[in-house]
Amino acid sequence: MANFYSDNKDLKFHLEHPLMKKIVELKEKGFIDKDKYDYAPVNHEDALDSYDKVLEIIGDICGNIIAPNAESVDHEGPEVINGHVKYARGTQENHEALIKAGLYGMSLPREYGGLNFSMVPYVMAAELVSRADAGFGNIWGLQDCAETIHEFASKDIKDEYLPRVVKGETCSMDLTEPDAGSDLQSVMLKATWNEERGVWLLNGVKRFITNGDADIKLVLARSEEGTKDARGLSYFVYDKRCECVKVRRIENKLGIKGSPTCELVFTNAPAKLVGERKLGLIKYVMSLMNGARLGVGAQSVGICEAACREAQKYANERAQFGKIIINFPAVYELLTVMKAKLHGSRSLLYETSRYVDLYKAYGFIAEDRKLTAEERTEQKNAQKAADFFTPLVKLFSSEYSNQLAYDSLQIHGGSGFMKDYPIERIYRDARITTIYEGTSQLQVVAAIRGITTGLALSKIREYESSPFKPEHEYMQKQLVEMTNAYEEAVTKVTSVADVEYVDFHARRLVEMAGHIIMSYLLLIDAQRNDDYALSADVFLKYAASENNLRYSYIMNFDAKDLGLFKHITKESVPV
Amino acid sequence: MTRSLKIVVLAKQVPDTRNVGKDAMTEQGTVNRAALPAIFNPEDLHALELALRLKDNNPGTTINLLTMGPSRAADIVREGLFRGADGGVLLTDRKFAGADTLATSYAISCAINKLNPDLIIAGRQAIDGDTAQVGPQVAEKLGLPQITYAEEVLSYENNEITVRRRLEHGVETVKGKLPLVITVNASAPTCRPRNAKQLMKYKHAKTLSEINSQNNDYTEFCQSKDYLNITEWGANDIDGDEEQFGLKGSPTKVKKIENVVFQAKESKKLSEADPEIESLMKELIANHTIG
Repeated sequence: MANFYSDNKDLKFHLEHPLMKKIVELKEKGFIDKDKYDYAPVNHEDALDSYDKVLEIIGDICGNIIAPNAESVDHEGPEVINGHVKYARGTQENHEALIKAGLYGMSLPREYGGLNFSMVPYVMAAELVSRADAGFGNIWGLQDCAETIHEFASKDIKDEYLPRVVKGETCSMDLTEPDAGSDLQSVMLKATWNEERGVWLLNGVKRFITNGDADIKLVLARSEEGTKDARGLSYFVYDKRCECVKVRRIENKLGIKGSPTCELVFTNAPAKLVGERKLGLIKYVMSLMNGARLGVGAQSVGICEAACREAQKYANERAQFGKIIINFPAVYELLTVMKAKLHGSRSLLYETSRYVDLYKAYGFIAEDRKLTAEERTEQKNAQKAADFFTPLVKLFSSEYSNQLAYDSLQIHGGSGFMKDYPIERIYRDARITTIYEGTSQLQVVAAIRGITTGLALSKIREYESSPFKPEHEYMQKQLVEMTNAYEEAVTKVTSVADVEYVDFHARRLVEMAGHIIMSYLLLIDAQRNDDYALSADVFLKYAASENNLRYSYIMNFDAKDLGLFKHITKESVPV
Repeated sequence: MTRSLKIVVLAKQVPDTRNVGKDAMTEQGTVNRAALPAIFNPEDLHALELALRLKDNNPGTTINLLTMGPSRAADIVREGLFRGADGGVLLTDRKFAGADTLATSYAISCAINKLNPDLIIAGRQAIDGDTAQVGPQVAEKLGLPQITYAEEVLSYENNEITVRRRLEHGVETVKGKLPLVITVNASAPTCRPRNAKQLMKYKHAKTLSEINSQNNDYTEFCQSKDYLNITEWGANDIDGDEEQFGLKGSPTKVKKIENVVFQAKESKKLSEADPEIESLMKELIANHTIG
C-alpha cells in the first residue's frame, strides 16, 4: 500500500515550518468557523493535524490509484466524441476517487463547501498528484480557477459556481489563441453584450486549451470593439451545459497525454462577466497566471521526485562490471546532485507558497476589517516577495524537472529509452513544464525586475542574517562571497544603459540570484533538521560553480559583443 | 420505489496476514498480533462500499459499523466514519474474549437485535481465520435470509434487493426480501478512499474507555459533541445469555497448528517442448488454476 505522502518526510518537514502557525491562524481568521462547521479546526495544532491527515488521503490515492493508472492513461489518452472530450478510463477513475475523497475545492472557504486549506498543503497535494501522474495533475490542478472566481467574481457567480467545483466539476482557463500565445494582449475571441438575453455572447476560436471541455470555463475575450491591446480584454465564465462550445480536435502531444489539449469553437456562447470590464488580462489573468505558475512549480517538483526515485531504484538494482551501478562515481554523483536540486526547488516552492499564503490571507481579512498599518506592511512585503519568487520557482523547478528526467533516463541506460520503465513517460511529461504558463524565457522577464530593483538582494541579505550553527558557518561564508560576485555582475550589467543588454544577460542574473536563494533556503532548513545539511552542501557546491560560469561570462562580456549574437537576425532564411 | 435503509456493516480488525514474516506466529501456535499491523479486514471494506453505494442511491440511508474486539478496534469504527458511515458500535468486553465463530456470531446477533437494521452487510471472510462462517451464522441466529458471495447490488425496489453473486464457475443473480444478510466477495468494487471532511469531522471520535484512558486535550470537545462519542457495548449492554459469550460459548478448540512447507516433490519438471507445455496448460485450465 504505497503512500506518496507518508513515504516522503520532506513534505511533513515543510508542513511543520515555524511560519505555519501564523499562516493557519490568519487563514482561519482566529478559528471563527469552529462552531459553524463540524470539520473546521479548533486551533492551529488541530488544523495542522488535519492538513497532515488529509495529505495522507491524497498520498494514498496517488500511490494506489493515480500512479498505477498513469501508464494506461498515457497509452489510451482522451478522445473527442461529438464535440466533447471523453477521458481515458484511468483518468475517470482518478477523478472519481478524488471527488469521493472530497479533494476538489481544497482552498475554497467552507461557506462554499471547500476545505479552507492554506496554499502550503494545497501545493503539496498538487506536488503529490503530479508525482503520480503529471498529466492528471493538470485536470486536478485546474481547480485553481475557483480561486480566481472566489477572489474576483460577484457573489452570484461565486454562489453558482464554487459549490460545483467542490462537487468535482472540472475547470479550464481559456486564454491562448492561434495568434495569441505568449502575447495574450492579441486575444481576438469576441465578446458582445446581448441586451435581449442579458448575457455576453462569445464567438471565436481558442487553441491549446488544457482540459478544454471542462464544466466551468474562464475565458479571456475582447469585450471592447475596435481595441487591439490588453485594455480591451475582459474575463468571462462559461457553463458547459449551454452546449455552445465545441471541441474541434485534441492535440497529439509529446507528453502529458492524458490531459486533453483542445481546440475550441465558441458559437454565441452565453457567458457572465467576472469582475470588471477591461481588467481581464491586466488584473485577473495575471492573478490566475501566478496561481498557475505556482501550480506548474508544484507539478515540476512532483516530476523531480518521481525522476529521482526511479533513478535511485534502478541504480540500486542494475549491476554491471560485477557491482550495482550506484557504486560508480559517475552515477552516485549524478544522483546526489539530482537530489540536491529536488530539495532546493522544493524549499523554494514552499517558501513561495508561504508568501502567497500570507498576502492572500491578509487580503481576505481586509474584506471584513481594516488591516493595521503593521499588517498592511507585512501583506505588501509578502506580496512583493511572492511576485518575485513565483516566476523563480516556475523557472527553476521546471528546468530541473527536465534535467532530472534526462539524468534519470541516462542512469537507466538503454532500458530508459524503452517503454518498459516509467522514466520514458516522465521524461516526455516533463518537457512541457518549461513552456506552458509562460516559458522559462518569460519567467526571466517577470523575475528580472526583482533583480534590478534590488528586491532579490534584500531577500538574500535577510537570509544571510539568519542564525546558523557554527558548523555551518563555512557555507554561509561562501554564500556571502557568491552574493558579492552576484552584486558585481548586476552592477556591471545595469550600468550599461541599454535595455537589450540587460535582457541579454537577464537569465544569467536571475539564475545567479536563484542559486544563492535556494542555497540559503537549504541551509536554513538544515538549522531545523540536520538531514538537510547534506543537500545544502551539495547544492552550494553546484550553485557556486554555476555562478562562477555566469560571473566570468558577464565580466568578460563587452557591450559590443552583443553584435556577435545579433548577426543571426540578419541572415536570410530559405522559405 | 426506493426508500432509505438502515444498514449495519459488520467489520473486523485483523492482523495484516498479507505480509507475514517469520515472527507472525507465537511458539504456542497463536497469531502474534504485536508483529502484524492491525487493519480493516479487506473484504469488510468491500462490504462497506456496497453499503455506501446503497446510501448514495437512497438518500436518508444510514450506515452503522458494528465490530467486536479489544478497545483499539475502535479504529475500525473511525475508519468507517472517515469513509462515509454515520455511526458505529464497538462490542468489547473481557467476556467476549476467546470467542470462536459461534460465540462471535451470537454476540453480534444480540447487538444487531438492538440496532434493528433492514440490511446487514459483511465481508465474506476475515483474513485471519478464513472461516467465512460469521456472516451466515449471524443470519441463522437472527432467522434472516442470506445472500453470500455478493459482488454487486443490482437494484433495490419494493423492499426487495437484487444481488449478483460471484461463484466459482460464473455469476448468479438472486433476489431477496428485506431484512436480510449479505456477505461480500473481494471481487466487489474496492472501497472508496477516506473523505477529507468526514475525516476532519470524526478524527477526534472516541469510545468512552478511550476518553478515560487517554490524557487528551480534546476530551471536553469530544464530550460536547454527540457524534464524537463512539458507542461501546459490553456483555451487559446486549441482551444475551452470558454462557454463550466468549470462550465459554466456543465449542471450537484448536488442537494443533503446524507449519506447512511445500516440498520439492510437489513440483514438476517440464522440458521446453511444446506438447509438454500444452499438456500443462490443459491441466491448469481443467483444475481451474487459470482461466
